Amino acid sequence: MNPSQQSLQVHPTTYLVGVALAVGSMIGLLLMAKAADPVMAFHGLVFLLACVSGVFLLIHRHYNGANTRAVSWSGADATGVEYNDGVVKAGVIASAFWGVVGFLVGLIIALQLAFPELNLDLPWTTFGRLRPVHTSAVIFAFGGNVLIATSFYVVQRTCRARLAGEVAPWFVFWGYQLFIVIAASGYVLGVTQSKEYAEPEWYADLWLTFVWVVYLLVFLGTIWRRKEPHIYVANWFYLAFIVTIAMLHIVNNLSLPVSLSGTKSYALFAGVQDALTQWWYGHNAVGFFLTAGFLGIMYYFVPKRAERPVYSYRLSIIHFWSLIFLYIWAGPHHLHYTALPDWAQTLGMTFSIMLWMPSWGGMINGLMTLSGAWDKLRTDPVLRMLVVSVAFYGMSTFEGPVMSIKAVNSLSHYTDWTVGHVHSGALGWVAYVSFGAMYHLMPILWKRQRLYSLQLVSVHFWISTIGIVLYITAMWVSGILQGLMWRAYDSLGFLEYSFVETVEAMHPFYVIRAGGGALFLFGALIMVYNLWRTARGDLRDEKAQITASRPAAGRPAVAPAE
Amino acid sequence: MAKIKETDAVTGVDTTGHEWDGIKELNNPLPRWWLWTFYVCCIWSVGYWLVMPAWPLISDHTKGFLGYSSRAGLSKQIETAQARQGVYLERIAAADLEEIPQDAELLEFALAGGRSAFAVNCSQCHGQGAAGSAGYPNLNDDDWIWGGSLEAIHETVLYGIRSDHDDTRINDMPAFQADELLSREEISDTAEYVLSLSSDRGDAGAVARGEEIYVENCVACHQEAGAGDQDLGAPNLSDSLWLYGGDKASVIASINTGRGGVMPAWNARLDPVTIKQLAVYVHSLGGGE
Repeated sequence: MNPSQQSLQVHPTTYLVGVALAVGSMIGLLLMAKAADPVMAFHGLVFLLACVSGVFLLIHRHYNGANTRAVSWSGADATGVEYNDGVVKAGVIASAFWGVVGFLVGLIIALQLAFPELNLDLPWTTFGRLRPVHTSAVIFAFGGNVLIATSFYVVQRTCRARLAGEVAPWFVFWGYQLFIVIAASGYVLGVTQSKEYAEPEWYADLWLTFVWVVYLLVFLGTIWRRKEPHIYVANWFYLAFIVTIAMLHIVNNLSLPVSLSGTKSYALFAGVQDALTQWWYGHNAVGFFLTAGFLGIMYYFVPKRAERPVYSYRLSIIHFWSLIFLYIWAGPHHLHYTALPDWAQTLGMTFSIMLWMPSWGGMINGLMTLSGAWDKLRTDPVLRMLVVSVAFYGMSTFEGPVMSIKAVNSLSHYTDWTVGHVHSGALGWVAYVSFGAMYHLMPILWKRQRLYSLQLVSVHFWISTIGIVLYITAMWVSGILQGLMWRAYDSLGFLEYSFVETVEAMHPFYVIRAGGGALFLFGALIMVYNLWRTARGDLRDEKAQITASRPAAGRPAVAPAE
Repeated sequence: MAKIKETDAVTGVDTTGHEWDGIKELNNPLPRWWLWTFYVCCIWSVGYWLVMPAWPLISDHTKGFLGYSSRAGLSKQIETAQARQGVYLERIAAADLEEIPQDAELLEFALAGGRSAFAVNCSQCHGQGAAGSAGYPNLNDDDWIWGGSLEAIHETVLYGIRSDHDDTRINDMPAFQADELLSREEISDTAEYVLSLSSDRGDAGAVARGEEIYVENCVACHQEAGAGDQDLGAPNLSDSLWLYGGDKASVIASINTGRGGVMPAWNARLDPVTIKQLAVYVHSLGGGE
């Protein structure tokens, strides 16, 4: 059926979504009126506004959207499939926006650690409330949007099938943004369940669960209608990410609300059981959100950009399954030398050591895919970003198992070393592979000849790389210094330093770290400018760099076998 | 898509014959070094499970051949530390306060212990070098409010100043302005007099008027010519060392409010031996009497 016919009839799911939005509006209104605390009233209002906007979007879509769909919101390629790229575009824009927000708040809290006056003596701007805004903004808002956008793009291209559902992908996108807004505004207003990386309270968690299930259905539905006989490796990783995050999110957030109209809830688990559940979640948020999900990105965008086949199919199978199996056990290494029983600490540590090579399998497959195309690193800064991200991935997945060894952990635990480790992964791996994917997608999604400027990509690359190096070296030095000062005894067996002396010793490194963060933020702003100019269709005159986006036609990389 | 196996011209390796959106896969074997390192990690882990507590059973867990337990390890560390320090701690507990500085060995130990305890418990207010700050006395000089002998310092640490302990050191300077005991002009004149005890003041008239007010209101505690009285905790006002600042505004503020700083009693938080060491350490800082 053609688009004009579609606009005449209303699909049954549209009615269903409309009714759901109406019910949602009622719930929002009810929460506003009956709220047990002011934050819940505010969040009721936010929910009400979101549902009402949803109704308007739905009506607008019914009368106008469907007609223009094929023209402006979709991209069809040589395969003849009409892809749903609108939601991918929205995802790229949201990623850029939340990325800048997350990096900015990160810089602010880094400066607060160096200069405590910047807490401003206001409850809303203290480090304690802004820190989860930073972590959630970079991991879930920036990283999550990149994952949703790229997974929707990659699953369509590698399945040669349009995304399942028309309203559902948009629901996933907007529903996820709503979750971010509710979570972040709650943190600033003092609503938290005090679980690291799982701070949102019960009602935000319920909403995310609902959105996530729809995400899973859209993804699975697209794979179901695929026209390729096999499922590409990137999709295994995306699927592992979506399924496992659902499981982790639900189990770690099991709790009992004090009132159905209040923000506060109590966790189902207590004591060391709660701690272990939390770090089972926390570590696998790293494993399945920040590793598996972004390996999905790597497996599509690295070979695509390098125009080379993936190095080893067999390695991808073995490292996928070993990674998935081993990662889920490694969480207890966050609780070394605590009330956690020794046997659980042993398992957490040994599974982390065994995880080293499965993690590196992804690095090998990423880097070795470049064989035969290493020269492109000179001319294509986007590929350079992708490759350096894989290198940082390799570095931090080596550092992780080292830090899980109990003897090392007794020095590194609770120090800035951990913060440095997280950021070599977060900035070097997650952000760089995301930047690479966003740079690659931009001209394709907006149907431009190329990026506005490859030289600006190069500038972004160098500025952020210097920023990352400053950040992680400052944290290595300060972390090890801190750990050594904490455990220093004099010859008579007395503690050498007071805690406040160790804090004072951190100051210069906190300043350097903030400098690194400022460079990273500056680089991201350059990227946003570049992406914006690309979307407008501007081209900077850069003859020397244009070779980077040349087609591989000059040299046939793959020839039929004899 | 065609499922024909191809050979990659660059590496000479076959592809698997799959293709997705132009992406193909080479059929390279697992890198040998990768596979062997993976095996070694796994074998090492199994070995570690054999010697350490590892796998949960129904009501217990495997103990491992080494019989390690972090609880037992911690107890042993504490025992070792106590064995090393125990002799000294017992001797300090048994000794009179004045005897400690006489014994070189005990003095060295008490100074080290006192320094460590000071850094953890006292430096927050008195500063890391015990130099103090406005409202928190400098412990390096010889200007002692409640006395600088070993015994006096020991008592101050034990019971605090204006603390919740029954034996606390306490006095109560009136808030001359808040309680409307003196007028603004009278307080200003008194401040001029107090400052004149340690520096030259220009306004002789004010100083003279202030002296009359001082004699009437302040001399009972701060003594003649501001000499102070350590038994009452009345600071010496003639030595140009100031707890709350020596400019006129600060002195006026002190007269206005009476100040009344607080130090907690440490006998509830620290053991007697540590408090003895603290007294010896603070006494040694330079101004001990």
